[in-house]
Amino acid sequence: MTRTARRVDVLIVGAGPAGLAAGAELAAAGAGHVEILEREAEAGGVPRHCLHGGFGGGRTGAGPQGPLGTPARTYARGGTSGPAYARQSVAAAVRAGAALRTGVTVTGWAGPRTVETTGPAGLERITATAVVLATGARERPRSARLIPGTRPAGVYTTGELQQAVHLHGQWVGTRAVVVGDEPVAHAAVATLRAAGVHVVAMVTDRPSAPLRVRRPGLPLLTGATVTALTGRTRLSGVELRRDDGRTTILRCDTVVLTGDFVPEHELARRGGLTLDPGTRGPAYDAAFRTSQPGVFAVGNLLHAVERADVAAREGRAVAVSVLHRLSGTELPTAPGRPLVVDAPLRWIAPNVTGPYGERPAGGRFVLRTARRLPRPRFLVSQGDRELHRQRLLVPAVPGRPFHLAAEWLDRVDPHGPPVRITVPGR
Amino acid sequence: MTVTVTTAGPLPTGDGPGSTDGPGDGTYDVTVVGAGVVGAAIARELAGHRLRTALVEASDDVGNGTSKANTAILHTGFDAVPGSLEGRLVREGHELLAAYAARTGIPVERVGALLVAWDDEQLATLPGLLAKAARNGYHAARLIGAQELREREPHLGPGALGALEVPDESIICPWTTPLAFATQAVRAGVHLHLNCRVRGIAGDAGGHTLSTSRGPLRTRYLVNAAGLYADEVDRLLGHEEFTVTPRRGQLIVFDKLARGLVDHILLPVPTAAGKGVLVAPTVFGNVLLGPTSEDLDDRTATGSTAEGLHLLREKGRRIVPALLDEEVTAVYAGLRAGTGQEDYRIRDHPGRRYVTVGGIRSTGLTASMAIARHVTGLLAGIGLDLGDRHDLPELTMPNLGEAFPRPYLRADLIARDPAYGTLVCHCEHVTLGEIRDAFSATLPPHSPDGLRRRTRARGGRCQGFYCGAAVRALFEGGRA
Repeated sequence: MTRTARRVDVLIVGAGPAGLAAGAELAAAGAGHVEILEREAEAGGVPRHCLHGGFGGGRTGAGPQGPLGTPARTYARGGTSGPAYARQSVAAAVRAGAALRTGVTVTGWAGPRTVETTGPAGLERITATAVVLATGARERPRSARLIPGTRPAGVYTTGELQQAVHLHGQWVGTRAVVVGDEPVAHAAVATLRAAGVHVVAMVTDRPSAPLRVRRPGLPLLTGATVTALTGRTRLSGVELRRDDGRTTILRCDTVVLTGDFVPEHELARRGGLTLDPGTRGPAYDAAFRTSQPGVFAVGNLLHAVERADVAAREGRAVAVSVLHRLSGTELPTAPGRPLVVDAPLRWIAPNVTGPYGERPAGGRFVLRTARRLPRPRFLVSQGDRELHRQRLLVPAVPGRPFHLAAEWLDRVDPHGPPVRITVPGR
Repeated sequence: MTVTVTTAGPLPTGDGPGSTDGPGDGTYDVTVVGAGVVGAAIARELAGHRLRTALVEASDDVGNGTSKANTAILHTGFDAVPGSLEGRLVREGHELLAAYAARTGIPVERVGALLVAWDDEQLATLPGLLAKAARNGYHAARLIGAQELREREPHLGPGALGALEVPDESIICPWTTPLAFATQAVRAGVHLHLNCRVRGIAGDAGGHTLSTSRGPLRTRYLVNAAGLYADEVDRLLGHEEFTVTPRRGQLIVFDKLARGLVDHILLPVPTAAGKGVLVAPTVFGNVLLGPTSEDLDDRTATGSTAEGLHLLREKGRRIVPALLDEEVTAVYAGLRAGTGQEDYRIRDHPGRRYVTVGGIRSTGLTASMAIARHVTGLLAGIGLDLGDRHDLPELTMPNLGEAFPRPYLRADLIARDPAYGTLVCHCEHVTLGEIRDAFSATLPPHSPDGLRRRTRARGGRCQGFYCGAAVRALFEGGRA
């Protein structure tokens, strides 16, 4: 068992929007040998197979954009396409001087900042002064969602569907049901239609909402839970139970299970990083530090799915912290206080206070809710001490980020209990 | 030696190589119906004799029915009914298969089992089970107290009072085993006919003529190892001895990140209601929870149900609470062939040149090689001239087990061929080299599921989010 041992200054795991942006920024800043490892044969991450527009306008505010999906109102408008965005991100990192290696998989850890890799050229053990994890997120498949029934072919996540259609030109079916109604579900509809598949309906277990985006010619079934898949070798139908107790079977040969993103956290977990129970990504502070000194995390690994420009912004932002580490000016690690949320809130990011009261990007935290909250009030407290109250002027809705100001951070007792964010009266 | 594996078209004649007796008119000496783990083991055993043997299978792969969807445990038989045929064959089969697995590279891990008592009544049952194990010739079991149990299995739920430890209970790869048997059989000259459903059987003094979905097949002796359909094949010969009642077992496979939560096979104390729900590691590095036990009448009802999954999660929450926080990688259901008798129904029919191998339930994987020997003996007893026995050529199977070096960790393999360093399925660390090998193997896959059972490709936590389209492209390319 021979492994080649090497040392680099910065090792970045994952060449999606976040990892490439981190690599570009660090290489340009003279961080030394900056190496980006990508297990896929081609770098660029999820945007590689998002053929719709809306990417790449991030810095100029040309509109939201997203990995896998993009808000329907900007669909196919503005910015550039996913593949073009991926190519530009790759080119920027390489131009800046980062060493980009594709087809190389990190298979585990051999030390706190030492990883083991497998690639066509052999096995390596790479030690870095700073490791940046940018492993992204993926959609939960049918099994993890515990959808009962038979196990026929024709069951997709959006990620697999887009790769099948856009990267491999594979036949996917004739009649499809799309489960979910977040932006990514609309991206799935577009991909299906591009592949000549008739989309029978879009289905969501969430109740009907007044501001829901509707597409012409696409029935949207709200308050409908998928109770079973039927069919022997090929899918024959999706069984639904409506909120009123009625059951329906939608006849189709393809179903796409969209959204429900989880961070791809295997490497983080195997490295012993503390995870946040809400995001299921590594617990991290505003400087992107994890519980492991010298190991940073960025992008959708931190909070499941956010837009590509959000991930890229985090990638650029981590450079400051990494450069401090490389130059020995890193602030010593002190235990941050965890930030925890109560239901119906799902998570907050960042979810650890920095030891010196660093503010997150833009001076605000990102949160998600499990259900719609019209004009919600938030309470931030530590033990029985109230730190902050804030009212949102717009509804908080599932699947969309909303924000909480960070001005209360310097009132946090660094030795006190966890900081709790609640929605009083809910 | 030519290998004969057919998947379509009319069946070839039975003029197999190495045949020295018989009429040489296209008649097989023995035909085994059903290429599950038991049928494949029987065919392999027969391959060690100078016989023309056919193995016919209704589906497109070996091990594709009950065999592929079990709990993957190599049993000691400690809890068998003493004196039963099942008890004897499980005990013998454990030794045979453990040795065979070590020779061929079938992954086996001797993790041991703990029968956990959760109340006083169950605790009081354990000494009786210890005595029963001794009556079954198994003497390594012992009783352990609550404290030792907690040390051995720290993630066990609260309230466990003690356990019976069975150190030789092991976990095994349920996919590689029938594949190894069938591969070795066909390399030794057995003809394997897939997609070949038996629809009728006509008997005469010289043997049997099977009418199949791929045309007639003539054989002197017949072995019925048709699993869930063994009673139907039996009836084609005019026997009305038993009816198969499919008993469904739904199982949940938890993510590899849960593997650290479970060190042993955690068995419930059996009750009148059955063997109950277990938690066990798998050789692939996952954790299994199940099975349910539901008597059905549909032999194709391999679907899961909301009730079944709910029940499993309730049971699992009691056994290892932290398990329920882990991601689920897969859900599946298997059907065991219940026959209303708590023993195998293996019977020879002297006047008919026929042996029935029915009622082989979840212990069939463990017992398979012993069943094969037993059945071969029965065939000889009803007049089949086995001839000399010869050793089969050795076989090494690709390793799918997490506890043994897989290609992605082998610098030597990668140096020789970079395809073993090219990962295709990331969750399961499956390389291009392994997928390519699967297609050039003696028994290549004929479906994406068949490829998964040979390589683990697409079998991981993402279920294809990352690799599904690429694996499919390789599958379609590999078949072309």
